[in-house]
Amino acid sequence: MADHEIVIAGFGGQGLLFAGKVLAYAGLLEGRELSWLPSYGPEMRGGTANCNVILSDTPVGSPIVQHPNVLVVMNAPSLDKYEPLVAPGGKIFVDSTLVTRKVERTDVDVFYVPATQMAADRGMHDLANMVLLGTVLRETGCVGEETIDEALRHVIPARKAHLFDANKAAIEAGKGYVSAA
Amino acid sequence: MKEKVLMKGNEAIAEAAILAGCRHYFGYPITPQTEVAAYMAKKMPKIGGTFLQAESEIAAINMVYGVASTGKPSMTSSSSPGISLKCEGISYLAGADLPALIVDVQRGGPGLGGIQPSQSDYFLATRGPGHGDFHVLVFAPASVQEMADLTGRALHLAWKYRMPAMLLADGTMGQMMEPVELPEEHEAFGTDNPWAAVGTGMKRPHNIINSLELSPERLEEKNVERFERYAEIEKNECAWEEYRMEDAEICIVSYGITARISRNAIVAARAEGIKVGMIRPITLWPFPAEPLLAAADKVDSFLCVELNMGQMKDDLELAIRCRKPVDLCYRVGGMIPTSDEVLDHIRALAEGGR
Amino acid sequence: MIVFEKPKALADVPFHYCPGCTHGIIHRLVAEAIDELGVEGKTIGIAPVGCSVLAYNYFACDMIEASHGRAPAVATGVKRALPESVVFTYQGDGDLASIGLCETVSTAARGENITVIFINNAIYGMTGGQMAPTSLIGQVTQTSPYGRDPASQGYPIKVCELLATLDAPAYLERVTVNNVKNVRIAKRAIKKAFQNQVEGKGFSLVEVLSTCPTNWGMTPQKALEWIDEAMIPEYPLGVYRDKEA
Repeated sequence: MADHEIVIAGFGGQGLLFAGKVLAYAGLLEGRELSWLPSYGPEMRGGTANCNVILSDTPVGSPIVQHPNVLVVMNAPSLDKYEPLVAPGGKIFVDSTLVTRKVERTDVDVFYVPATQMAADRGMHDLANMVLLGTVLRETGCVGEETIDEALRHVIPARKAHLFDANKAAIEAGKGYVSAA
Repeated sequence: MKEKVLMKGNEAIAEAAILAGCRHYFGYPITPQTEVAAYMAKKMPKIGGTFLQAESEIAAINMVYGVASTGKPSMTSSSSPGISLKCEGISYLAGADLPALIVDVQRGGPGLGGIQPSQSDYFLATRGPGHGDFHVLVFAPASVQEMADLTGRALHLAWKYRMPAMLLADGTMGQMMEPVELPEEHEAFGTDNPWAAVGTGMKRPHNIINSLELSPERLEEKNVERFERYAEIEKNECAWEEYRMEDAEICIVSYGITARISRNAIVAARAEGIKVGMIRPITLWPFPAEPLLAAADKVDSFLCVELNMGQMKDDLELAIRCRKPVDLCYRVGGMIPTSDEVLDHIRALAEGGR
Repeated sequence: MIVFEKPKALADVPFHYCPGCTHGIIHRLVAEAIDELGVEGKTIGIAPVGCSVLAYNYFACDMIEASHGRAPAVATGVKRALPESVVFTYQGDGDLASIGLCETVSTAARGENITVIFINNAIYGMTGGQMAPTSLIGQVTQTSPYGRDPASQGYPIKVCELLATLDAPAYLERVTVNNVKNVRIAKRAIKKAFQNQVEGKGFSLVEVLSTCPTNWGMTPQKALEWIDEAMIPEYPLGVYRDKEA
């Protein structure tokens, strides 16, 4: 399988690091080489934040993703920042509830998912990240569907275990979403 | 093989220290290493160990000095500004020949600097962090796995040679997660140290843990003895990794996160037909001068890649006795070079050399 | 008949202290307390920088020399590593109340089960007579040659009063050793501070008003009188905390 060099970017508090963790954990379960690198600092809530995940079949060199082939953006500044960096042929996933402009690049595949709206419609506030993750899984196959459940169980903290079903449902919603654009 | 787990570098340090037998941790919050303290705070009370949030970095290193005086393994962790504060205590540890582990998850400086990754404490760590003539063992992990492995190694070598050891990581290493195979649990050590202050039990003359020596003759003697021990360490404990050096014409020298980035650049440069390899120091003190000098006979040039203004470049030039030119690729202040930036440097060297 | 004996917890070496300095008396009281409680074999003493830095040569128990001001932190490490041991620090006023005040307050606030012997002689002795945090208003020292002026040099720090604002300390008492009666009171206080630790009662500190004839520029006799005339009015003797009482 080709390397997946993933950047998930948006505001702090949107669950970007969490989404990355789910992917990383699934990679671990599949015995792949991987790294997960968060931006860190005072942007716990509200500021810009991002998370780099690399899934590979060979040892990971730099954990810093320079040219993502999978980009997930949950705010406009992140699209501005990362769009030019995406590798040709890469895939960009845009939360179209929060990012109103279109991707300008023509050498990439783009998926507009109104993830925040979809999560709100289903009463699953704060799970737009999982909706997007569902679409990413469908389009990239970066980790197997069967490992995602187990990864989720590991990554969701014990005190929030009751939220497993909601997370799962959000992923399913994202998987089933077909972009109108 | 043990099952791999997914851990942050900072957490791997904490868990590995516990597995290596460390039961006493003292620290003070500072980004980007606070996960070490958080992990210890959770775990130590459950295994009968000590976690104590000290009133200052200075107090923390002196608490370590107290535990070390009893011969037991202990550690503290911090980031660059906090390490400056610990330097006095590290000097006292060295002067009293006490073992301890100090973790520095570096951030940009000087002063309060920033909180993003850096390697700008290279001089501070490798020149003896504090006043006086001394060294500490310095380890530079380049993966979460090495964060774990080198923590245990640092603790054990500190006890073997009765001196402080430092794990010199950076913010990236501390914050990133990778799969780790945790080391085996080590049986407790530090229980039988004839030199330790544990109470005489009325069975022996008193032990004195001390760095004061008012007689210059004896103080000179102590310093010389210590450096004889250092010479042993330089002979036995240098660690490094060579990558694609078999036919290399350019040798990158880099440690920690920049070695990881350089690796990507090497793969890309090799694809362009440029013969480039890397010698990655794993110990920064002792510095692996021998393999570098040997490489100097084979390569055309060296490229030092660091997150500082070229602090290791000095050691590299000394190690190779200036036989070949050394170029520098750096970013500072929390900036990190992309592998493309390193690749550009490699290309320039390759062209210049032809 | 033996009428005078050296306490066993004192090593058989001559002190280096100046004539008339009361460090020697206080060392002896500490050693007597250790002897009487029978804890020498499990006692670890910590002497940081100051006139008493060489105390590690004088006490027969295991000893640790610490950096300036940090003895309470070192003691914390030792006590956490060896909870059954008896740990004491022996600190001067510059050490405990100036450079190490943070460690002093924090260790007391945690209620570490240790014994602190605090020697207050209102001057830096080891370095030759500079102003201490406990120097009196108007006191002439090398670094307050015109007398300590509160306008620029502030007021003396009263350690027992300061620590008495904390919840944790078990026992705080200020004593002196300038006459036989006061030596007896000091002896009782120091023993109690060790006894408390053995019984697990927590942080105990005894502040001992001590003389420094050399740096005060006085005869030993005059120095003992100066304690009564100048020191005690500023630093009243007595118990500032006793959780038992």
